[in-house]
Amino acid sequence: MANLTPELERERLRICKAAKDVGLDFFETIFEIITYDQINQFAAYGGFPVRYPHWKFGMEYEHLSKSYEYGLSKIYEMVINTDPCYAYLMEGNMMMDQKLVMAHVYGHCDFFKNNVWFGKTNRKMMDQMANHATRIRRYMDRYGYDVVEDFIDTCLSLENLIDRYAPYYEKPSVIAKKENQEEERADKGLLKVHRPYMRDFINPPEFIEEQRRKQQEQMLAKRSRFPQQPEKDVLNFLVHYAPLEDWQQDVLSIIRDEAYYFSPQGMTKTMNEGWASYWHSKIMTEKILNDSEIIDFADHHSGTMAMAPNGYNPYKVGIELFRDIEDRWNKGQFGREWEECDDVRERKNWDKKTHLGKEKIFEIRKFYNDVTFIDEFLTEDFCLKNKLFVYKFNKRTGKFEVDTRDFRAIKAKLLFHMTNFGQPIIRIEDANFENRGELLLTHLHEGIDLQPDFMNETLKNVQKLWSRPVNLVTAMENEGYLYRYDGKELQAHKISSLPQPQNTTK
Amino acid sequence: MSIKEDHSRFRDIVKGKIKENFKKYVSQGEMIGKREEEFVKIPLPQIDIPNFRYGAKQQGGVGQGEGQQGQDVGEPGSGQGEAGNNPGEHLLEVELSVDELAEILGEKLQLPRIEPKGNKNIETVKTKYSGLAPVGPEGLRQFKTTYKHALKRLISTGSYNPEDPKIIPIRRDHRYRTFKKIVQPQTKAVVIYMMDVSGSMGDEQKEIVRLESFWINTWLKKHYKGLETRFIIHDAAAKEVDENTFFRTSESGGTLISSAYKLCQQIIETDYPINEWNIYPFHFSDGDNWSGEDTRLCIKMLKDFFIPNTNMFCYGQVESKYGSGQFLKDLQKEFPNQEQIVLSQIENRDRILDSIKDFLGKGK
Repeated sequence: MANLTPELERERLRICKAAKDVGLDFFETIFEIITYDQINQFAAYGGFPVRYPHWKFGMEYEHLSKSYEYGLSKIYEMVINTDPCYAYLMEGNMMMDQKLVMAHVYGHCDFFKNNVWFGKTNRKMMDQMANHATRIRRYMDRYGYDVVEDFIDTCLSLENLIDRYAPYYEKPSVIAKKENQEEERADKGLLKVHRPYMRDFINPPEFIEEQRRKQQEQMLAKRSRFPQQPEKDVLNFLVHYAPLEDWQQDVLSIIRDEAYYFSPQGMTKTMNEGWASYWHSKIMTEKILNDSEIIDFADHHSGTMAMAPNGYNPYKVGIELFRDIEDRWNKGQFGREWEECDDVRERKNWDKKTHLGKEKIFEIRKFYNDVTFIDEFLTEDFCLKNKLFVYKFNKRTGKFEVDTRDFRAIKAKLLFHMTNFGQPIIRIEDANFENRGELLLTHLHEGIDLQPDFMNETLKNVQKLWSRPVNLVTAMENEGYLYRYDGKELQAHKISSLPQPQNTTK
Repeated sequence: MSIKEDHSRFRDIVKGKIKENFKKYVSQGEMIGKREEEFVKIPLPQIDIPNFRYGAKQQGGVGQGEGQQGQDVGEPGSGQGEAGNNPGEHLLEVELSVDELAEILGEKLQLPRIEPKGNKNIETVKTKYSGLAPVGPEGLRQFKTTYKHALKRLISTGSYNPEDPKIIPIRRDHRYRTFKKIVQPQTKAVVIYMMDVSGSMGDEQKEIVRLESFWINTWLKKHYKGLETRFIIHDAAAKEVDENTFFRTSESGGTLISSAYKLCQQIIETDYPINEWNIYPFHFSDGDNWSGEDTRLCIKMLKDFFIPNTNMFCYGQVESKYGSGQFLKDLQKEFPNQEQIVLSQIENRDRILDSIKDFLGKGK
């Protein structure tokens, strides 16, 4: 399949070898040269050559082609997380660009293969996507293009209502199963007794009786709730419990599967780009570039790393953090001694020659995602050095303005954007709300309101699937509201108390 | 590859959306501000798939660079660097060619095709290079084909040596481009806009005229390649201006409509021979005229010159608080069944579409 020119193939072998020499470990990577039109097309399809038919891809394609034609943006690289990895180079780019992209791609491939958050993804997604496309086309043939397309629109509108961490832990299945009665009984809520003669004293009969009653009440209460615990994987719940036809159920689960496939890429965006950039820079400057290419390389590299005052650039933050970590671990700037030292001069010249940097960054690329990465490794020094700040919207001036350079605020803001991929967390609280079979969703409000017009439309789409009325509890401008859509009109009721984010036991 | 399919589906949806909200687009004129030569940019707020997302304004974010607290950082997402992490934050702007727009207009209002005036005998002759010949002027020699013929000749005679590829074309190999004369029927059209800019025409009235003229142009352009437009403003006296001035001028004097008609007649007589051109005079005013005398003069000119010589004469009366609206009544009385005089009353922006239909619904 690979169609590289002999010259590029020679470079590819060199870069591949250099990447392996520095310790990167990746699936076989197949490069293909394609035209800008093809690359826009693939990009519109999220990197895959075959997707189910839908106009949103056409919209994305129009957007990409227009930006390219006007010289606003250009896609240099695209790589797909499959085994083997597929990567695309754009025809007509400079030799140096192609080399840089190849080095960058090997960084991504290493990340895909080794990062645990990618551990659960389907490496044969290329085939899977094609199968999805075939299935959806078949439904379109049978039930009509418009009908299926309309249903896909509805599903896509709920696409982000998944539980991003669900693939990584064993969870009681959402499908209600018979509870294991024996297990329930095992823990009766009695106090621990080490000495047998104390038993009746510590757990007197009336206490046992009371505990038994309490538990029974709880169990009853639990049983009357459905789902028993708030459910974040709204899509999955709807797949199983919404009154859908077979084909609709299938389409909805296809949308859900694809959302889960793309989820780890969102969870590790900063790390992934940072990692690939770190390695392209290292491999290129140390092994691959010749003298005549260095200026072009510097130009291209700095262009990619540029960070505007009003935009977060994951490439930049990622690469700087990896470098910072490597440096700190090389010099032993970690651990208790380092944390407790507050002598500025001593900190500045701190070098214990530990040389653990490389080991550390490889460890990080294996076990972390963006949230844990930022949480653990973003330091005050780093924010200062990179001149990071938080900006916010000033209602008075109608502009976005620099708000603060406080380290904690920066970190909180970054983490907020990364948790749940910067999407609001919305759960199914009750599927039999008010005992009328209505759906109750709650938005765990964390200081930022939902965008009202989108919220209304999305709520209508939830109702389309659920067919009984649906309710959403959220806050708008510091007031609690319950929005209810019954298929005809949308009502907003003010409510006095906001449901607090309750901790669920897993 | 199916991206073409998805893309054209998307374009269809866009056109559908525009058609759905056509009245709004027409009356608000959002698209006219973004007009370029052949394309019109249309903001479409609703085409994105809705989902639960945070409102952009409260959100804020992290940036990098110098600056004190309170310094403006600009609209997020407008800077370079990352793209596409916050899908749908941008207001979607789609480009539509003027042709497509005209199509939508036509479908929406069910406008008939325009039949050009009976002057199909006007023809233009164009030259088109289409073939090759062994003789011709050196200036038209086509090197590539000549070279190929030379190569062919050398190979067939066996004197071609791949090791030392020398090819010298001789006279026999030469090929020249030839042209054909193509006769095309020609349709030329001119729109002459006249507008009353006396004190009683306010900004709102002019905006209505501006919106209407945009749509009229769009529709006529679809039918006539190389549509010309001329602009005349008048109060008590008339003068010809460019488009920009046309919509921006405000005078305070009285109103003599006949002055504009006279100038219009003059322009037609000097620049647009009536047997070659399709002529569309449009006149907009609030219906006030200086005197009944002048109105009678106007009517006489319409009868004597405009009706016989133009495709149709359109008069649009824009309602204003100050205007009496008398002129329209006079015309209605005078030309009750005259097909070539099209009259339309535009009370407010919402009536623009109906008025366009009045003007263009005749298919003239």
